[in-house]
Order: sequence, then structure tokens, then C-alpha cells
Amino acid sequence: MTFTETTTTTPVIPTSNEGDSSTVRAAGLSARDVACWFGTKKVLEGVTLDMAPGQVTALIGPSGCGKSTFLRTLNRMHELVPGATLGGEILIDGVDIYRGAIPVTDVRRRIGMVFQKPNPFPAMTVAENVVSGLKLSGLKVSRSERDDLIESCLQKAGLWNEVKNRLGDPGRALSGGQQQRLCIARSLAVSPQVLLMDEPCSALDPTSTRRIEQTIAEISSSVTVVIVTHNMQQAQRVSDRCAFFLAAENEPGRIIEEGPTKDIFLNPHDQRTNDYVNGRFG
Amino acid sequence: MASKVSPALVENSDDVESRKSDEERIKIKTIEFGDVLLLVGSALSAWAAANLLYETILPVSGALGFVVVWYVLFLLISWSGVRRIHGAVRAKDHLVRVLVWSGASLAIVPLVLIVIYVIGKGYHALRPQFFVEDQRFVGALSEATEGGGSHAIVGTLQQVGLATLIAVPLGITTAVYLNEVKGRLSKPLRTVVDAMSAVPSIVAGLFIYAAWILALGNQQTGFAGSLALAVLFLPTVTRTAEVVLRLVPGGLREASLALGGTEWRTTSRVVLPTSRSGLVTAVILGVARVIGETAPLILTVGGAFVMNWNPLEGKQDSLPYFVFRLIRFPQEAQIARAWTGALVLMMLVLILFVIARAIGGRGPDHIGRFKRYRLKRKGLA
Repeated sequence: MTFTETTTTTPVIPTSNEGDSSTVRAAGLSARDVACWFGTKKVLEGVTLDMAPGQVTALIGPSGCGKSTFLRTLNRMHELVPGATLGGEILIDGVDIYRGAIPVTDVRRRIGMVFQKPNPFPAMTVAENVVSGLKLSGLKVSRSERDDLIESCLQKAGLWNEVKNRLGDPGRALSGGQQQRLCIARSLAVSPQVLLMDEPCSALDPTSTRRIEQTIAEISSSVTVVIVTHNMQQAQRVSDRCAFFLAAENEPGRIIEEGPTKDIFLNPHDQRTNDYVNGRFG
Repeated sequence: MASKVSPALVENSDDVESRKSDEERIKIKTIEFGDVLLLVGSALSAWAAANLLYETILPVSGALGFVVVWYVLFLLISWSGVRRIHGAVRAKDHLVRVLVWSGASLAIVPLVLIVIYVIGKGYHALRPQFFVEDQRFVGALSEATEGGGSHAIVGTLQQVGLATLIAVPLGITTAVYLNEVKGRLSKPLRTVVDAMSAVPSIVAGLFIYAAWILALGNQQTGFAGSLALAVLFLPTVTRTAEVVLRLVPGGLREASLALGGTEWRTTSRVVLPTSRSGLVTAVILGVARVIGETAPLILTVGGAFVMNWNPLEGKQDSLPYFVFRLIRFPQEAQIARAWTGALVLMMLVLILFVIARAIGGRGPDHIGRFKRYRLKRKGLA
């Protein structure tokens, strides 16, 4: 998959960076020699990874190997942890997100994130939750655009049919799986170019998980997706490419192997990758 | 939570309930008949033993001592009874349960007594005109039912209202600084706020008297009083609001920032609305802290017998000060008026708290009538 234009039904929000361009397209992300620290403890080292536009990249590996930390460096969430620092470069379409001219709020809006635990805003209704990103980042839309946006984002997240009559209910009145899909819809409403997902299905039932995997497949033409998952089957089902992270004891995490998902699972070069994807450790 | 159930579901379940009410359900027994019998028996035998001990053997007398001896004996006897029947573990459980229950009941006693006592003392002179008249034609020898305390009610409402207007924005801003901004000054600031909460209320009054009235040459006014009250109000509302903000899950802040939200919009649109009911509690606690204060007002508002609607000019009265002044008169009528003032103050507090709870008391999931209306107008519901 390469650069793909969004379908015409996608509502478009003009932003400062894209000018009047009438489509939002997936952006490529690349990490160059990224290292992370929490205080003096180095948790990640030498991570270089290209996440091509419109592709789904899965980050796999045992707990504590730095996958989530790496994911959080990709939209500048890592720096919110007190004492957290990092080195290296992260580029979106070739522009450095840390040293470049893009304001941090724009970085985060262009690179959205879905968290492990569903976290809809409790003080907002379902509909308000979907468009909350507009208010939070100061984007203005007309009322009809907004209503279209609510419907199309909920459609994309596979939630519209379940909640179309409950748009005025509090966000937390939905079930766990619905809440997570609401969070995905919320992330999509600000038209991100990249969507980071940190184990989005770990707290969900199989039906919701399947629904979210469908959503990933549907949106991946217009959004680059990077997903952390502990579920090997899920990684195989949803991703185009895979990166295997591993941390030896008391050592920072590294990428052991990276490549097309098929190769990682069927024909890994490294013995450790082979052991992990076949469930022999981790 | 009721708010999570849609109206359709509620009606449905009511229907089901009425149709199936004859179905048998398990009744969970929380208290066994034998246990009650044991407690009653223990109480009776403890009473008998206490009588014997206290009246005939011990060289003391008096009602309080008797109750204490009775209570201790009751604990011992019921404990040994439960121990015989159910064993030592259950006996200890029983003992602690009795202690906790009696502790809680004992704590309520003074509260209930205060309310009953004030009502009993204050209702004689309570007439509708108490709320509309002042003390302008009332002397110490007038009937207790003559005149009223409207000037004091207005004074209290204005002073507490102004103090709220000053202290709540300041307090919540400080709490946001302590908890959301987490700036370099957080630590010293927290210490200062803690120290402020320990300031005796008369000192707050003296401070405003010295700094605002003497040094800056202002009059004694309702506003000066509200400044003194704000000094007391501020630490309470700050500390409570800080604790309340800390309860907002960090995941919500991260979610907001990850959507491209700025710090300010995250705070104003996510953090503060989520903690709304807790913030209302913070304000209630602050109001409760100051509404009954007399000491800081004596030096600052000056006290008055007539209505003064202007808190910025001239002396004002307040209900606690009204009570404090009148209760020291030797005349029965003045004392009765003071008690009525105290009763009205209690009623005022009750009304304010009910209003505050109605405005913002529910959890963040609750969508009130006002918000529902606003959402409808914006087409979001």
C-alpha cells in the first residue's frame, strides 16, 4: 500500500499545515536511532524504523521491552512523564517532530493515539466525545460539518449503528468495547495522518476486538497505523510490517528484527524472533 | 448507577418486576434472631450487674458513670457470649462492630442535640417579618417578635457571596497550578496554603483591620468583612480542589493532549468538568468554613442595626455577629432574638447547600437538565 487519497465522504478540516488541500493523506513516520531514558535508566536504544504511509506496522515483543515507550515517543507523549528524556530523530514526512517547526499540539493532532484503557471523557456525551478533539485543538467547523463528522467517524469506528440513538448519553454509559471504539472515532475526528494504538484490544471481548481489527483495515488506506500488541494472531491479521522488540536483562530494549509481517512470522532471520512468535518465551 | 440506564430500560424493568413479583427470591439475612436475643440478653444482664456494682458495691454514683459501667459490662458479656457460640474470631468481629456502631452513634448525638436545641430556642420569635424588617425601631425592652434580622441576613449573604467570588477563582487557579501546571513554586505554595489554613480566624480579621482599614484608610464595610472571610476561605477551597483534581485519571489528560489539546483547553474542557461535583464540594466546604465566623467580622464589618444594602460603604451586620451581640444582653427578648438569628443562620446554610448540590452535585456522568437543554440547542443530543 502506498499513498492513498481518502474517499470523498471523509470530512476535511483545513489546518495550518495543509493549507486548503482538500484531502488528508497518510504520512510516513520514521525513527532514526531513537533512545529513551526514564531518569538515568535507559530503556530503549538504537531504534531505527520506517513506518510507511498507509501501512499498518505492528510492534511486538515481551512486556517491558520498550514498545509502548517507543510508541509514545512517536507523538511526543513520552516527554509528559516526569524525568523522561530521549535522543535520536523522529520524522513525519521528513520533518523532525522534536526539533522542527511543527508545534507540539500539531504533532499530536497529526499523529493520534488510542490508549490501552478506553478513556472517553466522562463529562461529555457520545457525540461530544467524538468531536472533542476539535474543541481541544481549537478547530472550528460548521454545525452541518460537525454532524457529518460525528456520523462518519462513528461509521469508521464501526459504532454508528449501536449508538446512533444514544448520541446524547454520557460517554461512559457505553460498554467497554464500545468505549474503545468511541475513542477511535474521537481520534479519527481530527483527521490524523498517523494513528498510534497502544494495545487497543487488551481489555476487550473477541467481538469488539474483531470489530476494531476491521476498523484498522478500513482506515489504513488513509491513515498510517502503528499498533502495539501482545496478540500474535492479531499482529498477523492486521499488520503489513512487524517490528520485534526485545530487552535483555538490565539492558535497554532494541529492535531485534523488522520486516514484512509474513517474513517475521514464517521466515524469521533471528532465532529469538522465531522463539517469540512461536510462543516459546515472553 | 441510575444514570447509566436508559429510560426505556427502566420502564421495562418496572414492568417485569410487577409481573414477576410473585417469584420467590432469597432473602439475605443480615441479623439472626439468636444474635438479637444475645444482644438484648447481654444488655439486660449488664444493666443488672451494673446496678449491683455501681449502686451497692462501688462508692460512686451518678448517671454518666452508670452508663459507662453498663456499656463496658455489655461489651464484656456480649463478647464472651459470642465467643462461646461462634468462637474467638467472630467474637472479636462482634466487639469491633459494636464499638464502631456506638462510636458513630455517639458522634451524631451532639449534632442532633445542637439542631434540636437551636430550633427549640429560636422558633418562638421566628415570624415572617424577621426576614423583612431590621432592628431600627427595636429597643432592648421590645417584644422578641418585634423587628427582624433582614439586615443581618443580607449582610451575611453579601459578605459570604463576595468572599466566595474572591476566594473560589483564586483557590481553583491555585489548585490548577499545584496539580496541573506543577510549577517550581508548587512545594512552597502548598506549605503556605497549609499554614494559611491554620490561621486563627481572629487573626484574619486583625490582618484586614490593620492592612485594609488602618493602613489604607478604608471604612469598616461589608467588603472589608468579605476580605477577612476570603483569607479563611482560600486555603480550604484550594486544598479540597487540589485533592479533587488529583482524582481525575491521568489517562483523560493524556487523551486530551494526544488529540492536540493545549494545556489550557485540557484543563478547562476535560479536567475541570470531570471534577465538577468535587469542586462544588470544595466550595461548600469553604462556605461552611466562613459562614458562621464571628471573630473576623467584629473588627471589619462594624455591625449595624439597620439595613445597609451597599457592602462597599458603611457598616453592615451579619447573622453570627447579630447573634453574638444580642445574646449578651440581659433582656429575655434580646436573647430570644439572638436564638432566632442562630436558627435562621442554620436554615440559610441548609438552603445554600441544597442549592449547591442541585447545581453541581452529581457525578460527571450525569447530564443535568440545563446541560441537556444546551446540548439540544447545539444539536448534540
